[in-house]
Amino acid sequence: MSSVEILMPALSPTMEEGTLAKWHVKAGDTVKAGDVIAEIETDKATMEVEAVDEGVISALLVEAGTEGVKVNTPIARIGEGAGASFATPAAPAPQDDGVSKSVRQPEEAAPAAVAKAAPAPKPALNDPEIPAGTKMIRITVRDALRDAMAEEMRRDGDVFLMGEEVAQYQGAYKVSRELLQEFGPRRVIDTPITEHGFAGLGVGAAMAGLKPIVEFMTWNFGMQAIDHIINSAAKTLYMSGGQIKSSIVFRGPNGAAARVGAQHSQDYSAWYAQIPGLKVVAPYDAADAKGLLKAAIRDPNPVVFLEHEMMYGTEFDIPDVEDWIVPIGKARVRREGKDVTITAHSRMVGLALKAAEELAAEGIEAEVIDLRTLRPLDHETILESVRKTNRLVSAEEGWGPMGVGAEIVARVVEHAFDYLDAPPLRVHQEDVPLPYAANLEVLSLPSVEKIVKAVKAVCYR
Amino acid sequence: MATAPKAKSTSGKKSDTGVSASSKEQLLKYYRDMLLIRRFEERAGQLYGMGLIGGFCHLYIGQEAIAVGMQSIAQEGDQIITGYRDHGHMLAAGMDPNEVMAELTGRIGGSSKGKGGSMHMFSTEAGFYGGHGIVGAQVSLGTGLALADKYRDNGKVSFTYFGDGAANQGQVYESFNMAELWDLPVVYVVENNQYAMGTSIERSSSETRLHKRGVSFNIPGEEVDGMDVEAVAAAGRKAAEHARSGKGPYILEMKTYRYRGHSMSDPAKYRTKEEVDEVKKTRDPIEHLREKLAAAKVTEDELKAIDAEVKSIVSAAAEFARTSPEPDPSELYTDVYLEAAQ
Repeated sequence: MSSVEILMPALSPTMEEGTLAKWHVKAGDTVKAGDVIAEIETDKATMEVEAVDEGVISALLVEAGTEGVKVNTPIARIGEGAGASFATPAAPAPQDDGVSKSVRQPEEAAPAAVAKAAPAPKPALNDPEIPAGTKMIRITVRDALRDAMAEEMRRDGDVFLMGEEVAQYQGAYKVSRELLQEFGPRRVIDTPITEHGFAGLGVGAAMAGLKPIVEFMTWNFGMQAIDHIINSAAKTLYMSGGQIKSSIVFRGPNGAAARVGAQHSQDYSAWYAQIPGLKVVAPYDAADAKGLLKAAIRDPNPVVFLEHEMMYGTEFDIPDVEDWIVPIGKARVRREGKDVTITAHSRMVGLALKAAEELAAEGIEAEVIDLRTLRPLDHETILESVRKTNRLVSAEEGWGPMGVGAEIVARVVEHAFDYLDAPPLRVHQEDVPLPYAANLEVLSLPSVEKIVKAVKAVCYR
Repeated sequence: MATAPKAKSTSGKKSDTGVSASSKEQLLKYYRDMLLIRRFEERAGQLYGMGLIGGFCHLYIGQEAIAVGMQSIAQEGDQIITGYRDHGHMLAAGMDPNEVMAELTGRIGGSSKGKGGSMHMFSTEAGFYGGHGIVGAQVSLGTGLALADKYRDNGKVSFTYFGDGAANQGQVYESFNMAELWDLPVVYVVENNQYAMGTSIERSSSETRLHKRGVSFNIPGEEVDGMDVEAVAAAGRKAAEHARSGKGPYILEMKTYRYRGHSMSDPAKYRTKEEVDEVKKTRDPIEHLREKLAAAKVTEDELKAIDAEVKSIVSAAAEFARTSPEPDPSELYTDVYLEAAQ
């Protein structure tokens, strides 16, 4: 008789850990398929877990109330019985209605490159915005974004949030958690699933002088609304000879999550960064997420704010100062180095920093530039770095052709050609729709390994 | 086969329109405002032919009663938004004809400094929010203006115009849904001129009674004789009161007709000359009003004075539009972004 372990299930595409909130069984209980055995809380929802086979619980391995239980950690053992195995998520717990759209079957651990993404980094070597001695607090990117919206809504009665599931559901990714409670339904507006329409309503309200934050559940759905973002929001100031402004923020997660397939995994950085009249921001850590979102909300222009689902749950230090604002349009040197410049934005910054660590072990000192804003692009910071390192690798999650890296390389070639000791290289997603299969997904996306390889190539190593 | 609109307005019954209630002054103002649009558009057509106006130019001739009638019941601070056939709405809203004409010629004196053109003009002062070139986009935007009114609880109404062509765009119905769901103060004015460019409404729409397009959203709607300025005003007043009182959106389907092609480059081969002539002869909004003016004992001299005033305004606008300089090259890079306050 072999005992079988019940493992902590993954309850969403990006879940890496959760809280084992409650056991419904105890050692010695006999369970059969379909019995609810536990409740698990993720940062998105509380879910019930069912047994998928029958047997007798021989031991509970994780106490109720334990936080941060990693996916695939054994949580209980089933002794007797015919091969009881993995637990499976069941219907959502009753207190969290409407959650079922985020239910996914348990899946293998997220691809390595993804699971290891964005390790909480050490503070950057040089951050001009943070005075020495500033107290830091630990916060997730998710909460940093939430705090930014809450602070700006407290500050300015014209700021409001609209989007799908932003109010009663508390945000599909919980970014708008508790905003409804604080600001009420007038200022935190649940919309129908109607991106084209509500983006248009948002722009109309902005033309009338309000300052909407329009959340797209993901930027993939925002593609339905791209006409209003470009034709209505970005161009109208110009077409009206300066009369009609649109102070509006379009925000939501951008790029690939994990295993959600091609239609839900696209990086729109290059798409929007091409449009005059828009500002495009793509922060990496919590401090930038908060400071840049506050700046975006105050900006009198339409701002496309690209977040990353894989970063929402990552904790970072953030300066504990009142009204933390990061100016739009300034890149940040995240790590100094003399041998090669790596440019990156959003989640790719984490991969670039990791690559830089590995390269340092081999004697290559990489300078990592976090672009932070894609339009206007702070190319001075990039040029200054390349003039020092003489080598350039760009990393982005989107496709290569006509991409962010293509633009950066063009500007460097135009303005610092004589400084280059090697042709610049671009790291980007492979030129295919993002595949679902775990191995192909890893192959398709940029990785630490691909960045390291590109850096070595430009260093002729 | 499209047919000319018939006068079967549901709200156009004599009892509701207040035909006899319109004062002589009001009738004269309708006449003056409609005539201004017609003469302005005729002149724009000439300037286009002379190469002074470029690109697309969509004339409003035939539809004047709608913009003028609706504007007569609008209140200070209400908003107006429409598509690309926008000259008439701008003039009705009180924008300076010089600025509108100079925008058509792409000059610095234009309302957008020459950077918008025929389809993209705005005036926050007049409450005119464009002038939009993407068919149907103005419906979401106009609903958003109403969202702002509701947010501010300011008692204003958004008059959102679109045509029978835009009525088949998906975002129109996305907007209808939210407008009714949230009781937004918006009056949707559908200018059904029977043709979406060259496609007649019968060839494009499974339900041609566009005032019924709100039924599945519980939005009331009615058909109005859009060639009768008093009928337009009466229906507009009722719809605006509905929206202003917090009851949500209202749809007015204005049955109308455009005399010219879709744009200046459209020879309008998709309809017969007889069809057009028949409307001009029997339904023309300005001729129709002349009869009422005669009944109200307005003299020929009074009308001639208005004709002369309008002629002189339009001539001055054309002259201004011809002589206003092109924008300075330095304007190329202005108005792309606003400075962020620090």
